[in-house]
Amino acid sequence: MEEQQQFEPKIIGFTCNWCSYRAADLAGISRTKYPPNVRLIRLMCSGRLDPTFVFKAFSSGADGVLISGCHPGDCHYVDQNYKTMRRFALMEKMLVQMGFEQGRIKLVWASAGEGLQFAEAVTGMVETVRKLGPLDWHIRGQSNGHLTKELLLKEDVV
Amino acid sequence: MSANSKPKFAMYWGASCGGCEVAVLNTHEKILDIDANFDVVFWPVAMDAKYKDVEAMEDESILVTFYNGGIRTSENEHLAKLLRRKSKILVAFGSCASEGCIPGLANLYSKNELFNTVYAQRDGCSTVNPENIRPQQNWDAPEGSIQIPEFYSILRPINQVVDVDYYLPGCPPESERIAEVVDLVIQVIRGEAALPPKGSVIGAGASTVCDECKRSRNVKTIKKFVRIQDFMPDPSMCLLEQGIVCNGPATRSGCGALCPSAGAVCIGCYGVAEGVIDYGARMLSAVSSVIDSRNEKEIEKIIEGIPDPAGMFYRFSLASSLLGASKSAWHDKE
Repeated sequence: MEEQQQFEPKIIGFTCNWCSYRAADLAGISRTKYPPNVRLIRLMCSGRLDPTFVFKAFSSGADGVLISGCHPGDCHYVDQNYKTMRRFALMEKMLVQMGFEQGRIKLVWASAGEGLQFAEAVTGMVETVRKLGPLDWHIRGQSNGHLTKELLLKEDVV
Repeated sequence: MSANSKPKFAMYWGASCGGCEVAVLNTHEKILDIDANFDVVFWPVAMDAKYKDVEAMEDESILVTFYNGGIRTSENEHLAKLLRRKSKILVAFGSCASEGCIPGLANLYSKNELFNTVYAQRDGCSTVNPENIRPQQNWDAPEGSIQIPEFYSILRPINQVVDVDYYLPGCPPESERIAEVVDLVIQVIRGEAALPPKGSVIGAGASTVCDECKRSRNVKTIKKFVRIQDFMPDPSMCLLEQGIVCNGPATRSGCGALCPSAGAVCIGCYGVAEGVIDYGARMLSAVSSVIDSRNEKEIEKIIEGIPDPAGMFYRFSLASSLLGASKSAWHDKE
């Protein structure tokens, strides 16, 4: 019963098709244990990650967002993960202004062979976010009546 | 104003500066068309009318209401709901009503922080308030009790409070665009044109400010962000290419790229371009993609050139963004 009361963070993880998703796959095949708090969404490339996805995740109830891609220099699309690197830096700066704690958003490079490292990164992040507590952005929005049907429908486009 | 058969028109301001009203008056002789074709029944800035006059009107008896300003107080919300009920067509007029605009930037702070800024007597601040008096919603005076509207912790655009038929963006909307909309409504009344589909953005383009901007564009690679006052920008080259953060890429067209043409950056007053969900996310993505570096340390250094990304990229649309407000503002329970 005590365990049930422990806060289980919801983390949305964006992985790329070529490296980090396969790292997660490898972690699964190798039976590496890591907490089930992360919901992975596979993109073709981490460079596809529009910051809109991250804001949508937070505003829909995620407590943390993990972004993962090939190591710099290893991108399947030559150099698109450098865009991720740049976006992440600016996005983190903006989220801090919005009151987000450091650690709610994390960038992890993982090659297809790094299942263990991927699992360790997820474990670390889950613990960090667990300490930070729930974000509950969606509930806040609704409790103040700020998420209209129209907006929700609009968001579904994402 | 005796009973006449002209369609009724109303305009109201919520949390706004009054610039939208000036923009309507700035349509020059077009204002005569408004008067010739409409019976202006409620417009606090231009004529005397009481809320109870509006309450006494029949539902849907006003043909068009321009509502400008966001919803910051219970009074704003009450009038938005009242005018929604009384109007056939409700237009979110201007940036405040459509997306929150500058008043919405206050969503970065909690109500308490805002009141401290405005009412607290601090060093370096001109406020004189030795007794630290704060506004009270209810006050019992010997003559009777007084109520003032409640100040909400979050500013909301009007579509988060009532159903909106059309959006007319801009801070303020360009007078030419307002005149076009007035012309359209008059044509609709005469049966010469049809109304656009509900929810449309009217009086603006469907593209971006960059599309209307005459500055030349090449490949964008930025090593350093600079501020426009710190150097002499090339008058014919894209400002973003020169390292000045310009909000053109995410902003809806409609203004004719006035600011970039005059040598100033686009600040984004026409709101989100067609298809953009979150203005700040789009700008963040556009600007960071063109940074010319592959080194994390160097990238961080370059990004220092944008000291206030939230203020820069959400100057007009914070209240309508996916996150809507900062954590401290959401935490502010009544």
